Amino acid sequence: MVTRGFTGRKPPTDIASRIPPGQHLVDDFPVLSAGPTPYVGLEKWTFTLKVGPKPVKSWNWSEFNALPQTTLLRDIHCVTTWSKLDTSWKGVLVDDILTAAQLAPPTGFVLAHSFDGYSTNVPVEDLKGDKAMVALRYGGKPLEADHGGPARLLVPHLYFWKSAKWISGLQFTEKNEPGFWELRGYHIYGDPWREQRFTDD
Amino acid sequence: MTELTSSADGPWQSATVMEIIPRTPRIKSFMLKLSRPFAFLAGQHVDLRLTAPDGYRAMRSYSIASAPGDSGTIELAIEYMKDGEVSPFFHDVVVVGDEIELRGPLGGYFNWMESEGGPLVLVGGGSGVVPLMSMIRHRHAIGSKIPFILLLSARHWEDVLYRDELIELHDKADGFVLALTFTREPPRRKTDYGRHVDAAMIKDILARLPAPPKFIYVCGTNAFVNSAADGAVDSGIAASIIRTERYGT
Repeated sequence: MVTRGFTGRKPPTDIASRIPPGQHLVDDFPVLSAGPTPYVGLEKWTFTLKVGPKPVKSWNWSEFNALPQTTLLRDIHCVTTWSKLDTSWKGVLVDDILTAAQLAPPTGFVLAHSFDGYSTNVPVEDLKGDKAMVALRYGGKPLEADHGGPARLLVPHLYFWKSAKWISGLQFTEKNEPGFWELRGYHIYGDPWREQRFTDD
Repeated sequence: MTELTSSADGPWQSATVMEIIPRTPRIKSFMLKLSRPFAFLAGQHVDLRLTAPDGYRAMRSYSIASAPGDSGTIELAIEYMKDGEVSPFFHDVVVVGDEIELRGPLGGYFNWMESEGGPLVLVGGGSGVVPLMSMIRHRHAIGSKIPFILLLSARHWEDVLYRDELIELHDKADGFVLALTFTREPPRRKTDYGRHVDAAMIKDILARLPAPPKFIYVCGTNAFVNSAADGAVDSGIAASIIRTERYGT
């Protein structure tokens, strides 16, 4: 249905192909979260890998920062319809975390957990290679608390609620277990190019 | 206007603009009659989808201001955003009788049902009061006596969305309390404030409740939500009972 009188503001042709359907471009970096911003002190920060309920490896802040770090330049897409292009992140690839733990993925699914109790599920396949990292820096600076600092998951090819802020660890699960928003009406996978916003999309 | 039948387009339906009500110098309410009425929870939102003749589409989320009910009409209050793509269209182009596509209800967290109990602290910045208004109207519509206190921040008296309705509800003295704060002028009611929301104000608001809050709902810009939510945490409120909804910026 054409909306009477609406012409809209189409993105420039050269970048239009980078913006998924239903998204619009922003220059700023909007902040969205379901609760207060937690301020996680670096001295208390830990990152833990779990297989099911069992912790298998844990790092403190300085140990984690000593892991090999990679820079990624990526477009990001929030389910609230904003997209931001060429965002610059530095952190530890999930592959490098697993290598450091000498752990081969024991299951096909992961739940990412956060210090504020948030969680979100991602298939292991979507965390491989340069698809995903635990980001420590954004735009050349330490990641701000509002944007998930000290560290957040970055899975930029999925809607950005999958890129859990304030990450505290990854948990391998036997099944694809829905996380916080996935239990509250949002899509189990969240591919922006297929507009998988809500459960039945 | 070309029009598809609503059932042909998945979750999307067409809604008719029945009435447009100017609320403040920057905010207008749009009363939308749903072609496929739905039940919703106070605090939920809808996504609107606007389509240009060349097929280009813009989507935005707007909270529902009306109380849950079976009228089949929902109210959206849309603030004019200078340089915006969608809100200027609503303010300058949309007229009664226009058809707007939407889907919903959406959002499974920033909601309140009477069975969840209270007391509730609601903190809104500007048009951030919209989802809170749905909760307040719902409380009134069902005759609930659960204590609610709304702290609503606006620049000026004339910018307070739903001001007269909120003052009327406050004056019923049935457990709903309205506290206003103004960032650009002094307060007019003796229990109001004349500054940006801060931790001391949140502490003061909490003390005006008859019992500790069950939940705190905060909605507004990110900076506003951080001030209010950090203030609540500083006042000893558990982060787990603070629910926030942010415009993003």
